[in-house]
Amino acid sequence: MQHDAVTAPSAAAALSAPAVDARTVALTGVDLTIDRGEFVSLIGPSGCGKTTLIRAIADLEQPTTGSLKVNGTTPAQARRDRAYGYVFQAPALYAWRTVERNVTLPLEIMGFPAAERRERARRNLELVGLGEFARRFPWQLSGGMQQRASIARALSFEPALLLMDEPFGALDEITRDGLNVHLLGLWRQTGMTVVFVTHSIPEAVYLSTRIVVMSPRPGRITDIVDNDLPAQRPLDIRETPEFLAVAHRVRNALHAGQSYA
Amino acid sequence: MPDAVRRAAPIVTVLLALGVVWYGAAFALNHSAALAVVGSAAPLPVVVRAAWSLGRPLLPAPHQIVLTLIAGVFGESVTSPRSLVYHAAVTAETAAVGFLLALVLGVALAVAIVQTRVLDRSLMPWVIASQTIPVLAIAPMVVVVLGNIGLTGILPKALIAGWLSFFPITTAMVTGLRAPDRIAVDLLRTYDASRRDVFVKLRWPAAMGFLFAGVKVAATLALVGAIVAELPTGAQAGLGARLLAGSYYGQTLQIWAALAMASLLTLLAVGAAETAQRVLVARRGGRL
Repeated sequence: MQHDAVTAPSAAAALSAPAVDARTVALTGVDLTIDRGEFVSLIGPSGCGKTTLIRAIADLEQPTTGSLKVNGTTPAQARRDRAYGYVFQAPALYAWRTVERNVTLPLEIMGFPAAERRERARRNLELVGLGEFARRFPWQLSGGMQQRASIARALSFEPALLLMDEPFGALDEITRDGLNVHLLGLWRQTGMTVVFVTHSIPEAVYLSTRIVVMSPRPGRITDIVDNDLPAQRPLDIRETPEFLAVAHRVRNALHAGQSYA
Repeated sequence: MPDAVRRAAPIVTVLLALGVVWYGAAFALNHSAALAVVGSAAPLPVVVRAAWSLGRPLLPAPHQIVLTLIAGVFGESVTSPRSLVYHAAVTAETAAVGFLLALVLGVALAVAIVQTRVLDRSLMPWVIASQTIPVLAIAPMVVVVLGNIGLTGILPKALIAGWLSFFPITTAMVTGLRAPDRIAVDLLRTYDASRRDVFVKLRWPAAMGFLFAGVKVAATLALVGAIVAELPTGAQAGLGARLLAGSYYGQTLQIWAALAMASLLTLLAVGAAETAQRVLVARRGGRL
């Protein structure tokens, strides 16, 4: 499985071999290339290895066999290059830091000067609509706001690749809709590559340029659905026949994956 | 202020009940000694009053302890060996030095244990074993032995106080430094953070809430250790010495006053730890 977002080898830059795995063969036969600037969703039922896959891209998990390239280098090298921002299932904000200082955490570690850190925190909190909450502590924010803060944190060092592992899974639907609109706007604005794990079909269809459908036992990719909805997507696009057609294809692919699992 | 009343009521009730039991017990225990003073023909109120005001009662009445305490605190110059403030200061100094030793060593030990797996396996069992030694029982011996090799003064006593109090600090810190969950650790990994950063920016701040739980226990143990360590030193100064002298001469009032003073010191120590914690909590926006 190959991943070439961000800098180097663009569209053509091929896919190599299979098998990302974590001890109990979480994933096998994964063959995927993600181009720079894409918004790719990984969707599938629990246990299909979508989280393992995104963690492998982030070098939080090591594949046992096969090759995996991020930016044309190994995931470990990409991680050392700070090539990606990662948004976890939970906000993972540090309770003892203000929202602002949570956002500056990666910048401190990466050695940005203090003035630059503050400026970036301000800009990115503004970007996710939390400008006024910089001095608050995480527990003073709602769940949706916390997750937005964690997105601001991931964006603060301007990675060209954003990895998101079910970032909105724990949120209510209304909050989630709002964040989806927001995220789509951010993606268009920044032109970054996004890999997004979800198990919501509407969410995947609404956000993505491509939807990677996965199925469990063993975790594998069963289908890749291209999404040719227009780039401008108001929320009510979800009621259009075009949207429903894509959602239908994803659902069919999910079912097909299940039936011979 | 019905709210304040509602909150105070249970405490006052317990206090009153305790007082009744105490005065009753004081009467029962001092009864025969009181009779010896006022004569067996004396009417009951006289006997009761005598039982509650003996010079060397078996069990002093609460007001006697309070009066002795007040006399010991305010009635003497603080440099006088009759002053409870003087003795409390000696004990507090020993406990403070012991506590600081425990804090530094306890935290250092916890950091070493958490940061290196080898030490986790090799050190932790010894830390636990150290607490199976009945220090209270061998404290006098420790003081005497250390005295023989030239270690006198505050240090041997502080060592015992420290020995008793480092354990809660170490265990609390080991737990605290390991408290961050996987996501919090993974997050730093995605930044390619150094081990040092993981420690400074995550493990250490995450451990602070745990540390204070350990510190409160350690502060009281340091005082216990200091008092016990004072017992065998010839009993010149300190609340422990005061307790010992009191029991030599049957001065029960002196014993109880010293005990009360020790409790006040403990309250003070725990209060100080709580204040420090509150300062940190305030700096963290109201939560630890």
